[in-house]
Amino acid sequence: MKYLDEYRDGGIAAKLVAEIKRVQTKPWVIMEVCGGQTHSIVKNGIDYLLPEGVELVHGPGCPVCVTPLEMIDRAHAIARQPDVIFCSFGDMLRVPGSDGDLFSIKSRGGDVRVVYSPLDCLKIARANPDKQVVFFAIGFETTAPANAMLTWRARQEGQTNVSLLVSHVLVPPAIEAVLSSPQNRVQGFLGPGHVCAVVGYSEYEPLSERFHVPIVISGFEPVDILEGVLMLVQQLEAGRAVVENQYSRVLSRAGNVPAQQLVDKVFEVGDRKWRGVGLIPKSGLHLREEFADLDAERRFDVASIETMEPEICIAGEILQGIKKPHDCPAFGTLCDPQHPLGATMVSAEGACAAYYAYGRHLKPALVNIGGQA
Amino acid sequence: MSTSKTKGTANETAAPAVFGECPLPIFEHPQIVMGHGSGGKLSAELIEKVFVSQFRNETLERMDDQAALEINGTRLAFTTDSFVVTPIFFPGGDIGSLAVNGTVNDLAMGGAKPLYLSAAFILEEGLPADELRRVVESMRVAADAAGVQIVTGDTKVVNRGKGDKIFINTTGIGVVEDGVQLSADRAQPGDKILLSGYIGDHGITILSQRDNLEFESELQSDCAGLWVLVREMMAAAGDNLAGLRCMRDPTRGGVATTLNEIAGRSRMGMLLQEDEIPVRDTVRGACEVLGLDPLYVANEGKLVAVVAPEIAEQVLAAMQAHPLGKDSRMIGEVVAEHAGMVLMKTGIGGTRVVDVMFGEQLPRIC
Repeated sequence: MKYLDEYRDGGIAAKLVAEIKRVQTKPWVIMEVCGGQTHSIVKNGIDYLLPEGVELVHGPGCPVCVTPLEMIDRAHAIARQPDVIFCSFGDMLRVPGSDGDLFSIKSRGGDVRVVYSPLDCLKIARANPDKQVVFFAIGFETTAPANAMLTWRARQEGQTNVSLLVSHVLVPPAIEAVLSSPQNRVQGFLGPGHVCAVVGYSEYEPLSERFHVPIVISGFEPVDILEGVLMLVQQLEAGRAVVENQYSRVLSRAGNVPAQQLVDKVFEVGDRKWRGVGLIPKSGLHLREEFADLDAERRFDVASIETMEPEICIAGEILQGIKKPHDCPAFGTLCDPQHPLGATMVSAEGACAAYYAYGRHLKPALVNIGGQA
Repeated sequence: MSTSKTKGTANETAAPAVFGECPLPIFEHPQIVMGHGSGGKLSAELIEKVFVSQFRNETLERMDDQAALEINGTRLAFTTDSFVVTPIFFPGGDIGSLAVNGTVNDLAMGGAKPLYLSAAFILEEGLPADELRRVVESMRVAADAAGVQIVTGDTKVVNRGKGDKIFINTTGIGVVEDGVQLSADRAQPGDKILLSGYIGDHGITILSQRDNLEFESELQSDCAGLWVLVREMMAAAGDNLAGLRCMRDPTRGGVATTLNEIAGRSRMGMLLQEDEIPVRDTVRGACEVLGLDPLYVANEGKLVAVVAPEIAEQVLAAMQAHPLGKDSRMIGEVVAEHAGMVLMKTGIGGTRVVDVMFGEQLPRIC
């Protein structure tokens, strides 16, 4: 398939791996920011191809994973109401709140629907004028334009039975939180390609400069990731720390300006809680005051719901790259995709779920037999 | 910041003192959820805990797609399946052809020539009679193609809103050919894994027809009765029918789930070659966009066969010579290592575990 097969080519991948091995002389710790990259790394076994001195740690960029438990509980409180059609992206349905998940609410009679585009909510709202249609608007900068478009169009079309439960987060403050942590081990970042396709990458330049850390904005296919790692290792070995763009076939420094303008019309930057991490200042998007009537938190009066995080789940440390999924005593035993203790086990993009789906809970020795075959 | 105050090792995980205070519930669904019908781990758990625990007997516990029964020296295969699909008409088939072929295939995977089917209908009030006629006609055509007769049936009507247009149950009976010993526990090291063609066509066709998706494609369901293909494979095996170890049609849960079942039952490992697994560009493209994996997408006219190495080439050639198997490939082999696990060499030379799907495949956010 064009534009995919080239980036999954085993021959090119092998050359990149050889080049990484040639260039690398010291051990380096690299974080891939985005959950889509984590998924691709584990799915393709990319980390097994890299030399021992290049360690990949998994970043905070899984939107489902970082949505705080209390926001999940607020979503569930709304979804349980009789005249509500609660719409969500698919992988949010299995995330456990304090009492069940959206699948359970659906099985008890709640009208919970998976949508592929936020704009589907408008169609559902038009078809169900006597119901309240609520969209669970989560995600990073990537999903913000579509969610902003839903808000904008609902206002333009006077569709008053639509509202959004917003839990939007931003990547740069999370990177800053990782770098500011006294436990930080990360020396270079594979930047989030899809996020930067929207917002560009100029925001990453001050971060790179301030913390003297190289950031390479990368794609998601194996060749993209290996090339991004190579560019990072080249910078690290040379003592350089700048922002580079591996994913130039998709994004530019400026990003998608009309999308940014729309997001800015609808949302404003504010503080946001991250699951397992806590409050990060100016790390989220909130609906602007002029769209407050479309804010589901106000419409359904759920903002007062607050929930404590479970203490055993180390999702917070995993999201910051301090620990890996198999460092958690519950991983693969008490916590698996069927019985997730934390969101990193739920979303396909979550590091724990990726490790589980691709067998990292099984004995590594066994996996390596296949690796050498 | 959430940090675990109790740092345990893996060995301590079962100790209640460590986890006793965890405020999150471990999920045991008090209601049936959609994932219980997905063919993944949730389904398996339901079957084991609810059904097998009550019905327990030797035939059932073999957990093959069909019950193998011996009555007065004749070996019979017996199977049943219910069909619920939205929409009921889709490119390449409809719920009627699906209901006949699904049961025919469950018999065929046991090496049984399908003979007789029953058909039971649950109809929703308001279903256009013409749609029912079209479904029934399509069942007749599929039955003719497979050489089976539908010899008994039942009809019930439920109130509007209590069903989804039409549900069909078919039960089938067939005679197992002499010398056939197909079972999921017979895979042996060195055996080859054959796949009869492109995967994921049915599942993606159905998805493309759902009104909340609206992507257009030329794709058709692969819905087909496979007995005619199995017959050719048995002929190609000749005197070495025992070399045909196991056959399965990878429906719900896809090829990944089916192969895991065989690996688990046989206590063998499997090593697949990703590059050898045929996936159409349309299916790959749709899966890329929707965040799905073709290995877990349903098929309705494909089979995987585990075959002894000495007859693998001739069986593969016979499959490729038949229209239903013309795109057949050898996709991997059975190994003694990593028993119960399916591993795959990825296209770029890495390795990954191909696990069982745990519930419904959920589309990713971005």
